[in-house]
Amino acid sequence: MLLQEAYRRMLLIRNFEETIEKLFLEGRVMGTAHTCIGQETLSVGVAAALQPCDAMTTTHRGHGHFLARGADPARAMAELFGKSIGYSKGRGGSQMMMDSSIGFYGANGITGGSIPFATGIALDAQMRKTGRVAICMFGDGASNQGVFHESLNMAALWNLPILYVIENNGYAMSTATVRGLANPCVADRAAALKVPGIRIDGNDFEEVRECVRHHADKARQGKGPAVIECLTYRLSGHSRGDPRVYRSREEEENAWKKDPVKTFEKTLIERKIASESEIELIQQQTAQQIEEAVQRCEQAPEASLDEFQNSLFSP
Amino acid sequence: MRNITFTQIIRETLEAEMQRDQTVLLMGEDIGIYGGAFGVTRGLIEIFGKERVRDTPITEQAITGIAIGAAVGGQRPVIEIMFMDFITLAVDQLINMAAKLHPIYGQPCPLVLRTPPGAGRGYGATHSQSLERIFFGVPGLKIVAPSDAEDASALLQGAIRDNNPVIFLEHKLLYPMRFQVGDTLPGPSELGKAKIARRGEDITIIAWSYMTVLALRAAEQLAQEDIQVEVVDLRTLAPLDTETILASVKATGRVLIVEEAPLTGGIAAEIAARINEAAFEYLDYPVKRHAGADLPVPSAKNLESACTPSLESITKAASDLALAE
Repeated sequence: MLLQEAYRRMLLIRNFEETIEKLFLEGRVMGTAHTCIGQETLSVGVAAALQPCDAMTTTHRGHGHFLARGADPARAMAELFGKSIGYSKGRGGSQMMMDSSIGFYGANGITGGSIPFATGIALDAQMRKTGRVAICMFGDGASNQGVFHESLNMAALWNLPILYVIENNGYAMSTATVRGLANPCVADRAAALKVPGIRIDGNDFEEVRECVRHHADKARQGKGPAVIECLTYRLSGHSRGDPRVYRSREEEENAWKKDPVKTFEKTLIERKIASESEIELIQQQTAQQIEEAVQRCEQAPEASLDEFQNSLFSP
Repeated sequence: MRNITFTQIIRETLEAEMQRDQTVLLMGEDIGIYGGAFGVTRGLIEIFGKERVRDTPITEQAITGIAIGAAVGGQRPVIEIMFMDFITLAVDQLINMAAKLHPIYGQPCPLVLRTPPGAGRGYGATHSQSLERIFFGVPGLKIVAPSDAEDASALLQGAIRDNNPVIFLEHKLLYPMRFQVGDTLPGPSELGKAKIARRGEDITIIAWSYMTVLALRAAEQLAQEDIQVEVVDLRTLAPLDTETILASVKATGRVLIVEEAPLTGGIAAEIAARINEAAFEYLDYPVKRHAGADLPVPSAKNLESACTPSLESITKAASDLALAE
């Protein structure tokens, strides 16, 4: 993935998330959503390291992962509108979308729920020798679910091609990492099972990409799993309606000063990878792409009850 | 014809399905070298190797979740949960992942979870439960509960070839029982069809799994008292074959539903409600349930027998209902 393309995807995610927050405020979409503002470079860094055949699972905060992997923003947004063009035909909402054709296997809205699921996708890859690596995204909060330990143990025992990529954004909903983890370093947990555990700056696109690529290649060669903890910060609230009483505005302002998307943008200009006018053009294009996505959603037909009722079981 | 145990036919069926389809994969605690706590998978690791007959750590949630992921990836996993009581540790993955894959994401999930429910061995409160009711009300899961060897084989084949998550109940009292079966295995059965296990015109007993075995014995005894019992063996609990139930109830006008697990909140209650809604005017007497006590399953022999439907208690309940004015 070229750096300009990486920037385009980061902006697309930022724009998507800000638009969704606005649509909620205006009452134009229903349900819930967990936005990933501040974590966009991480999503794109991971996606940039992968092969098309690789599989990714996500979390309740998954729009960024999906868009980074190449999802159609209109079809993803349509899940929030409850429209038939959505990836889950409007049945899933924000947290339940999959598109196996781009190696994206979604989340189920249960924190940590995708961890064994992703491990099973890795087992299938190993059995069929497909050369696929599974990337299991989850947060510092999910690392406290017992099933993380259970799955990592089996991945290590069986040498499965899987990376557990933790987005440590400082908070499990309102609970700060230091209040939820006896040892707030998630990567340390890997050592107990003799799995490599690496902690990196999750807001540094190139660091994330290189680290994930390195360990994905090793996993592809049959060298087993790794745990990669990416330090980041959730600039947005947990979900809509989060009053953010658990952290100070000052803390947020300081974090905004280090906004990873802005930082990445500056790097592109400094390194003369993109000119200011090229940056502006990408900004306009992504804004337009999101605007068109909203229009497509609004014009799309409602989710079909008939079709839903007939799809309980697979033929 | 051959005379073989329930265990034997399950093992033969697993072997045949694994020969037929390279993607059929077994996973579970102690199923490989040890051959499974009840010996069902004995010998399969020698034939198929440790990749396809996978011993796992003691970790029901991850076994189940990994099997679901492998199913979506392209395998047809058949997992064993050693005792049905242990399924509580896997409930999240079954309800929140497996059951949602097709209706929400449009993703097939060809998974079979084999597990032995049931009391009768004095194993105590956490090794004797019949917990199928947990899943009965969860749209998206299929539940199969055979009562004899031929059906078990046909339904297990059907379950393995089905593209949906199936919970397959092998009552632990069935394992050592012997059955007359054909020299070759039957073909696969479609899930969701009950069968009339015995014809009779006075009263219908509806049962599944080991309770069907007891219901048939009760019917045998009652025939000597000139009470003709029809036994409906549900075989599949979800989807429930309401049509076969209603046809039998309409013919006999009296119905006893036998459930091993506690009376309260059971599957029998749902069946009774469906009969009342759709066939009330055909009933000569209110629908009766005969179920386990609303108590944990105790281990002492006398307590366990008293808390679980037995041949005697079913015979009495059926006789009382048949003769009720």
